[in-house]
Amino acid sequence: MAFSNQQLLDDLQQQFANSILLVEEPFGLLTIETNRDVIINMLSYLKGHTTFQFIFLTYLTAVHYPDQKEKEFAIVYHLHSWVHNFQLRIKVFVPSPNPEMPTATVVFRSANWMERETYDNMGIHFVGHPDLRRILNVEEMDYFPLRKEYPLEDQLRQDKVDSMFGR
Amino acid sequence: MAINPDILDKPLVTGSDAGALVEFVNELTTLNLGPTHPATHGIFQNILQMDGERIVRVQDTTIGYIHRAFEKLAEHRPFYQITTITDRLNYCSSPINNMGWHMTVEKLLGISLPKRAQYIRVIAMELARISDHLICNSILGVDTGAFSGFLYLFQEREKIYEIYEEICGSRLTTNMGRIGGMERDLSPLAIEKLRKFLKEFPAVMKEFEALFNRNRIFMDRTVDVGPISVADAIDYGFTGPNLRAAGVDYDVRVMNPYSSYEDFEFEVPVGTNGDTYDRYLVRNEEIWQSLRIIEQALNNLPNDGFHADAPHYYLPSKEDVYTKMEALIYHFKIIMGEIDAPVGEVYHAVEGGNGELGYYLISDGGRTPYRLHFRRPCFIYYQAYPEMVKGVTLSDAILILSSMNVIAGELDA
Amino acid sequence: MKITTLDKAPDGIEGEGFFATSFDQVIGMARQNSLWPLPFATSCCGIEFMATMGSHYDLARFGSERPSFSPRQADLLMVMGTIAKKMAPILKQVYIQMAEPRWVLSVGACASSGGIFDTYSVLQGIDRVIPVDVYVPGCPPRPEQIIEGLMKIQELAGNESLRRRNTDDYKHLLESYHIHVQ
Repeated sequence: MAFSNQQLLDDLQQQFANSILLVEEPFGLLTIETNRDVIINMLSYLKGHTTFQFIFLTYLTAVHYPDQKEKEFAIVYHLHSWVHNFQLRIKVFVPSPNPEMPTATVVFRSANWMERETYDNMGIHFVGHPDLRRILNVEEMDYFPLRKEYPLEDQLRQDKVDSMFGR
Repeated sequence: MAINPDILDKPLVTGSDAGALVEFVNELTTLNLGPTHPATHGIFQNILQMDGERIVRVQDTTIGYIHRAFEKLAEHRPFYQITTITDRLNYCSSPINNMGWHMTVEKLLGISLPKRAQYIRVIAMELARISDHLICNSILGVDTGAFSGFLYLFQEREKIYEIYEEICGSRLTTNMGRIGGMERDLSPLAIEKLRKFLKEFPAVMKEFEALFNRNRIFMDRTVDVGPISVADAIDYGFTGPNLRAAGVDYDVRVMNPYSSYEDFEFEVPVGTNGDTYDRYLVRNEEIWQSLRIIEQALNNLPNDGFHADAPHYYLPSKEDVYTKMEALIYHFKIIMGEIDAPVGEVYHAVEGGNGELGYYLISDGGRTPYRLHFRRPCFIYYQAYPEMVKGVTLSDAILILSSMNVIAGELDA
Repeated sequence: MKITTLDKAPDGIEGEGFFATSFDQVIGMARQNSLWPLPFATSCCGIEFMATMGSHYDLARFGSERPSFSPRQADLLMVMGTIAKKMAPILKQVYIQMAEPRWVLSVGACASSGGIFDTYSVLQGIDRVIPVDVYVPGCPPRPEQIIEGLMKIQELAGNESLRRRNTDDYKHLLESYHIHVQ
């Protein structure tokens, strides 16, 4: 490994002075929190950096925390620098309702479907996305199923007797 | 309804209509491929703009026809029950998914496994990789018009299934292992079957390669079909054999070894063009490397137990549950969800049949995950498909799809 | 060399140079041994179906040598795997495109009842959109089970009265699925 968590963090703190909000290291994986104004700049900075070379977006997803006021949705970016085998997780919290994020498709083309999936599941609106439509669910669906308030089970089922399931 | 006789008398192309003919020729046909087209091996819909046989562009790609809500389901199931869900992600290589999930939870719980358990896992995972690649390559053969390869290799897959049955009792959706190890040791019969497989399979594989590798028809159909450059492959999030065919030697087993992969000697094959033929060759070579790994693991199988000493999380054997008090208590606690997992956030990736299969798990301390996101390699690299089929003929597009080995269960989650 | 045996002839009156039996039985026998299946394979069970088609289990022994990928020429719709709600209209359309007589084999827990996927996106059993003749349990069923399911269908096809498809009962059944026969 050509650089440590601390070196990367120092560099980022220098570059994005007031935008590194929280730093954690769960299981040795550097996790930083930032805000949505700098996230795209940060992604392209990390991708284009001659030392770090975070060229690979491993995944992009969102987590719903309905109890955190003003920070209901966390959008998670997981970057991987293959040259140094270094992984980095970046989180951005956005408030509900109408969560909005700038799109990462301008930096990584692979973000296209991952953002569509996140929109489909969580209803995060990625501003500037070329084709933000539902991808997995039916077009007619009128809610975002992975949000915590929606139930898992098919609500149209009539053959389920609650007493048989101990409820 | 009678046909207007004037139309029949009119010559097809006249002087002034010559331009119209050109226009007619240039007119694009819209072709709907899927979702139940037999050649697509799975349910994806592509609406293609065709100029004769050639695809001009992909107008729309629709997926999600077997969206089963794995991620929502996982939020409602205790950790040990999620194994059954992971079976159905990439159902061609279920053990890899099972083990990946177990390792993710073990990372969260801080359990380390004895070497024997890790080696058994490696054996199971490499068997799964072989069976995954066998499906992909034999079906690729069927798509080029060679059915016999499919018949040869499926005979061998049955033998892999028989070994699975000896290891865990199931064929396809294996539900193999437990959090904290394997549910039982490798039986002598399983070892015997493995040895037999290692001895007999190479002959069939060589026969298959002799049929295909330098086959004129096969090469004409696959060489330079659907190539992808290194830069594009990385940008589109390719991993696994498809990325290695393009020439990047990224393999999770080597870069971030898990389950003692660092103990084994194997090579990571890479291609040069990233075309269909390279993908085929890389998969074939990986089968040989997997055989090497299985052989090494079998020869050096340590003898230090097949599960970790973690009674709080590892389900005790049924025999103990019926006869020992502690085992009964732990069994009850695990099944009834009395034991909570620690709070934490963990990402663990394994090299699946199609690439980096990752589990991003957030635990809030309850018995179920707070959020579980599957990084499914198919889903991420399938979005390059519209780009890859631009300008190729329809028959080649089918080959590109089957050489990418897009598995619907993994694609749609 | 394997000895090939002929299928048992139906009951009838036999004499020198003639054999008389009912149309029901002779056509039933012909249908029974030449079912053309349409494999509607969506997920895991589809892989087990591939194993069933392979040389080890060889579905062709039961007269289903030719999987008919076009619904127009198929007799038997084999639904294998999860059918999501997004897929349900397509499944129904495929069923409607098939010509009478048609049978439906629902392979696996997902197709039969939704299986372990009691979720918002999965259809809870294909019998919500099309009528089903035989259910095969299992997740996924072993190839032997799939073959047994096919043999049950053969039994149905062999014993079906020729007029069954014209009866009011059958029409009511289809009407209950909103499938209108011309």
